[in-house]
Amino acid sequence: MAAGSEHSLWLDLAWGAEGWGDEFVRGVALTVQISLSGYVFGLILGMLGAGAKLSSRPWLNRIGGAYTTIVRALPELLLILLLYYAGTSALVKVLVFVGVAGEELQISPFAAAVASLGLIYGAYLTDVLRGGIEAIPRGQIEAARACGMGPSLCFRRIILPQMIRYAIPGMGNQWLNITKDSSLVSVIGAYELLSAGRSAATSTKEYIFYYSITALIFLTLTIVSMALFWRLEQRANRGVRHV
Amino acid sequence: MTFDFEYTLATVLPALIFAIPTSLLLMVSSGVIGNLLAVPVAVARLSRNPFLWMPAYVFILLMRGTPLLVQMYLVYYGLGQILTPAIMRAYPFLRDGIWYAIFALSINTAGYTGEILRGAIKAVPHGEIEAARAFGMSRWLVFRRVTLPRAIRICLPAMSSEMIILLKATALASTVTVYEVLGTAQLIRVDTFRVYDTLIGAGVVYIAMVFLLTRVLNAIERALGKDRRPMSVA
Repeated sequence: MAAGSEHSLWLDLAWGAEGWGDEFVRGVALTVQISLSGYVFGLILGMLGAGAKLSSRPWLNRIGGAYTTIVRALPELLLILLLYYAGTSALVKVLVFVGVAGEELQISPFAAAVASLGLIYGAYLTDVLRGGIEAIPRGQIEAARACGMGPSLCFRRIILPQMIRYAIPGMGNQWLNITKDSSLVSVIGAYELLSAGRSAATSTKEYIFYYSITALIFLTLTIVSMALFWRLEQRANRGVRHV
Repeated sequence: MTFDFEYTLATVLPALIFAIPTSLLLMVSSGVIGNLLAVPVAVARLSRNPFLWMPAYVFILLMRGTPLLVQMYLVYYGLGQILTPAIMRAYPFLRDGIWYAIFALSINTAGYTGEILRGAIKAVPHGEIEAARAFGMSRWLVFRRVTLPRAIRICLPAMSSEMIILLKATALASTVTVYEVLGTAQLIRVDTFRVYDTLIGAGVVYIAMVFLLTRVLNAIERALGKDRRPMSVA
């Protein structure tokens, strides 16, 4: 404990009503929740996108291509704002029009945050997963088909297990990016780590201290995620001989 | 709150187009400063002296491991906390958020590009450096004439995609009161409650800017990569 006469800022990180500790812990929990849900949603969209881009139907190729090109060309913050303000109001209108919901329906910032992050990272993951699928030797897929496996069995047994191995480094990068970009949803009022840091910083005027704490927590998240993905990569590569 | 095409064309788009120079100023100045800073960062990161590589390692880790928005807030509000009112009065331009935005974007780019450049410097063929040394060039001359130009050419594709990411990242300056394209769109949106016109208009402007920047970067890559052009039949 610092014995200085000055009040130590670290004491303000205490738990409870007079400290910011619990706010930060809640913020971290929500950042992880938003990032994880957005990532899972993004993985689903990414699989669909990769399927569309690799499909033999030209119109599906074009949809997949347009999706990734547009999302990559737009700033993430703009997409989040667009999906939050324009997307939710359109969705509410549709739902009210169909009669599923009343006029008072509101989409929570959390749901909007997950949806928009998922949509953005779906595009980035599309190309990561597509690269993973393309890295599988074509002969293996042909052999599986020749053995009489249907498309879904071939996907489950041959493509998916091998694709994961090629895609994990890219998936890890996108996970690191989504945890960092999840800070952007504080702009649409979703509560997460940066929101916690900002409310602490603005109410105490100790900007440097609280934003540094916020940055360090994000850094910890990054380092822990890097270690986790390194383990995952080792596990996915366990059947591969090291030369 | 409906999409009014005429209103967008007549009112929103011109305002957004007038904001393009601010976005470009942010991108070009942070790009130049960031890429210049990336060189010492990469060199320090590759040094064997722990007083050089450790700070560079921590710097790169901080820039790449924390969100740019947090860095932006830390620079904008943090420096505001340090700068006393007397300094602010002496240098009134410090009130403008754009300097803080340029600073944050520059150091962020320096971190990312520094890491890219580090890999590229390591990828320069040893023989070329040895040959330059054999000609009697000093270490500094070797670096300036051989290692750095070769490294830049090696990582040019990665650096140019970094520049596109930087252009998109300038949108974050709108959170520290800079009225670039997204900031202007937000201003109109709050004033008029027009959601679709403003944000979709900004989207169109960004797509156009990214498209043009891609063209410019491709031209630069072609110009700097002359040695790598397929050889013509002599």
